[in-house]
Amino acid sequence: MSQSWTRVCALEEIVPDTGVCALIGMRQVAVFRLGADQVFAIGNHDPFSRANVLARGIVGDRSGRPKVASPIFKQNFDLQTGVCMDDPSVSVPAYQTRVCDGIVEVGEVLTSTLRPGNTGSLSEVQSA
Amino acid sequence: MQITVVGEEPRFAYDRVHLSAYFDGTPAAELAIASRERYQELGIETILGDRVEKIDRVQRIVTTGAGFRVPYDMLVLATGSKAFVPPIQNTEGLGCFVYRTIDDVLAIESYAKKVKRGIVIGGGLLGLEAARALKELGLTTTVVEFAPRLMPMQLDAVGGRMLRSRIESLGVTVRSDTNSTGVVLDEHRRVKALALADGSRIETDLILFSAGIRPRDELARESGLAIGARGGIVIDDHCRTNDAHIYAIGECALWQNKIYGLVGPGYTMARTAAGQIWGEAHHKFEGADMSTKLKLMGVDVCSFGDAFGATEGARGMSVVDEYRDVYKRIILSADGKKLLGGMLVGDSTDYDYLSALARDGSELPAVLESLLVAPGEARPQLALGDNSVICSCNNVTKGAICAAIQGGVTELAPLKKCTKAGSGCGGCVPLVTSVLKAELIAMGQTVSNAICEHFDHSRQELFHLIKVGRIKSFPEMLHKHGRGLGCEICKPTVASILASTWNEHILEPKHAPLQDSNDYFMANIQKDGTYSVVPRVPGGEITPEGLIAIGQVGKKYGLYTKITGGQRIDLFGARAEQLPDIWGELIEAGFESGHAYGKSLRTVKSCVGSTWCRYGVQDSVGLAVRVELRYRGLRSPHKLKGGVSGCTRECAEAQGKDFGIIATEKGYNLYVCGNGGMKPKHAQLLIGDLDEPTLLKMIDRFLMFYVRTADRLQRTSVWLENLEGGMDYLRKVVVEDSLGLGAELEADMQSIVDSYRDEWKVAVEDPEKRKRFRHFVNSDQTDDNVVFVQERGQIRPARQDERRYLRVVS
Repeated sequence: MSQSWTRVCALEEIVPDTGVCALIGMRQVAVFRLGADQVFAIGNHDPFSRANVLARGIVGDRSGRPKVASPIFKQNFDLQTGVCMDDPSVSVPAYQTRVCDGIVEVGEVLTSTLRPGNTGSLSEVQSA
Repeated sequence: MQITVVGEEPRFAYDRVHLSAYFDGTPAAELAIASRERYQELGIETILGDRVEKIDRVQRIVTTGAGFRVPYDMLVLATGSKAFVPPIQNTEGLGCFVYRTIDDVLAIESYAKKVKRGIVIGGGLLGLEAARALKELGLTTTVVEFAPRLMPMQLDAVGGRMLRSRIESLGVTVRSDTNSTGVVLDEHRRVKALALADGSRIETDLILFSAGIRPRDELARESGLAIGARGGIVIDDHCRTNDAHIYAIGECALWQNKIYGLVGPGYTMARTAAGQIWGEAHHKFEGADMSTKLKLMGVDVCSFGDAFGATEGARGMSVVDEYRDVYKRIILSADGKKLLGGMLVGDSTDYDYLSALARDGSELPAVLESLLVAPGEARPQLALGDNSVICSCNNVTKGAICAAIQGGVTELAPLKKCTKAGSGCGGCVPLVTSVLKAELIAMGQTVSNAICEHFDHSRQELFHLIKVGRIKSFPEMLHKHGRGLGCEICKPTVASILASTWNEHILEPKHAPLQDSNDYFMANIQKDGTYSVVPRVPGGEITPEGLIAIGQVGKKYGLYTKITGGQRIDLFGARAEQLPDIWGELIEAGFESGHAYGKSLRTVKSCVGSTWCRYGVQDSVGLAVRVELRYRGLRSPHKLKGGVSGCTRECAEAQGKDFGIIATEKGYNLYVCGNGGMKPKHAQLLIGDLDEPTLLKMIDRFLMFYVRTADRLQRTSVWLENLEGGMDYLRKVVVEDSLGLGAELEADMQSIVDSYRDEWKVAVEDPEKRKRFRHFVNSDQTDDNVVFVQERGQIRPARQDERRYLRVVS
């Protein structure tokens, strides 16, 4: 399967150590910039509050792993895997990211985070 | 790079500093610094239980005792130190031990089971740690020290005496100024007694030598590396030995003729050597601060900077409290303007503040004595019964929480999970935390005041560090005093302290990432991710035009409106992207931010007062307006509310506020530290019959003292409960100015008042800040997850069961 990447915004548009929400197909994806050039993307939907808010959480780390805290009830999500650090049975999708010529791009759902319920890749959703 | 670690001990690297924690029940495995898996993950080869016997510096190969030959490009010697055993008779007898490794500890433990009495030779840091271990093992314990006092390297005579008094009260005998000459053995070569220089003996079954360390430099010595006259492998500022391919770090290394016996400098050397090997030439070892903060047998002992006043012209100042066995001594420069160092015994509350002052060389307060009096020492004193409900979301009592803690759940996250307390709205988390701390203290455990994993400090300590170090941003704070990237606990805490110290706009790019969603969007987030908006209505006084303007905004944006408890109007259901437009219109109509979203001053509620009321004796509305405008926007550890009543009938409920003013015939009475909410508290009278300027002065001091010294999310009432000395102490500080801080607190408040700007006005006028409010970075669409239904003529968020149906029809 060929990789599909979606251009989201210029890296400059994301204030370092904050997130923005991108609309990719029908999905809301929370895209975070850590420091100058690290970019992570996970689903924007908070499974605990059922609100689309994860992009508005405070980012940081727990024991060195980058994470975001939901602004509603403060559960922490691992930015690399989407797994909830306070309750590993809950997770949100995590996406591949890259920065090309200063533009942030979001790719497929990382397969390691695919679980029943986290369906397929972005391209499948878009074509559906 | 291929890395191989060769270790003589059979274990992976462990935390030697906390060796005596083993006797508190910490399993040996938990002292490990890294697990086997971690080594594997990093691809590090390990050879353990085997030691390097020979270094071939020409071919660059090390050979181990078991015969392994490991080639190297770069070699790091971290052979550490061994315990110094004084040259006296019979130190090899059965029952003689040293205290360096887990194996030593296991051997001591097994021998101690069969005997009753123990002696530790050496009254320094390690000796006292060892004495604690023997005490934990149930032995009658005596410490024998050659010098005239305990911890001679860190403490002076008074400090040593204070420490001795504390330690003796724990049941350990101390013999200082005592020289031992030999170990007396029985016919089975078992320890029987310690012989002293004065001809007497102390009967004992076990002797532990802890009289200092000597570097393990024998391998380096045999390999022809440069060794200091009194031992130690000579290294330069790059931690390199005289062989360019060999480094040495830690307690085996001799830098500028000094050996550092502390773990901190050891880690710095490790970073230096690793940096050098990796090719980053800027890594250098430049000596280390020998300041120490210890807890020895439960007794705080700190020493920092020039603790003994060795600097020319230095003068000292001390507090000797023989009731609490507390000793504080500070060393000042000849002109009294700089703090050079000091020592603390029995109370380490001030350590971070004072050692930071000494390091930074900042100018000192005018009243130097105030340095020796701790402002507001926090001591948990929870007076709640077992049946009181702590978490009302899940109906969890204090008793249930304590039972879980006693059952071994001693950290907040698992405690929340297991009791469900604090897992609902989260409003009781600070209370759960203080129950946890109090219970742990009651169980005799040491409790960390660290706010999170990124800082080893309490909020009060962070405040001092920021103020004293003139720190202006979170990255600077993290770099100087923390680690990692930060989190949702420390970032907003530091942001709040920065705001109440320097008052810069919260959406400055350096501050924006630190804000909770509420502060970031300057509105209150609701369950569906929409926000509510509260314009300021000072004193609850509003014109008909103002009411109409708010009504028009509510109508135009389809918002739900409700009157709040603080005499204002709350507009709900605004999407993030609508906030700047809504505020543009409110500002146009003369409104400003009400800070309902911040941990900051909310409202000053008032009754109608003497202007209309036939009973009122003062103009409560006018005063409430002036007070609210004075303190608007002040960032604080928790939200703050005020009230002003025009007479003793108290219609403004001022005694239920953080600060409440009640008018009298003669002026105003000031009440403080009340609140409504989860645990309602009546405010208490601080001082009566004030004129307005004095009243404001008292509130300035009170609020600033709270902002400086309270914990994160600690309301004024809880802060007061935890303030040692309670209301009397607070009155002394605020009214009588016992700490000499009054003028400083007033000046700090005045600077906040003078630098006030309406946050929303600044944001609305700045296109860059406005941009932050859109929902999608790449689309103008709105969040389709936000769905409203109508109820009693207004909107409300749709429930989950309603949503499916609504989606289908729309």
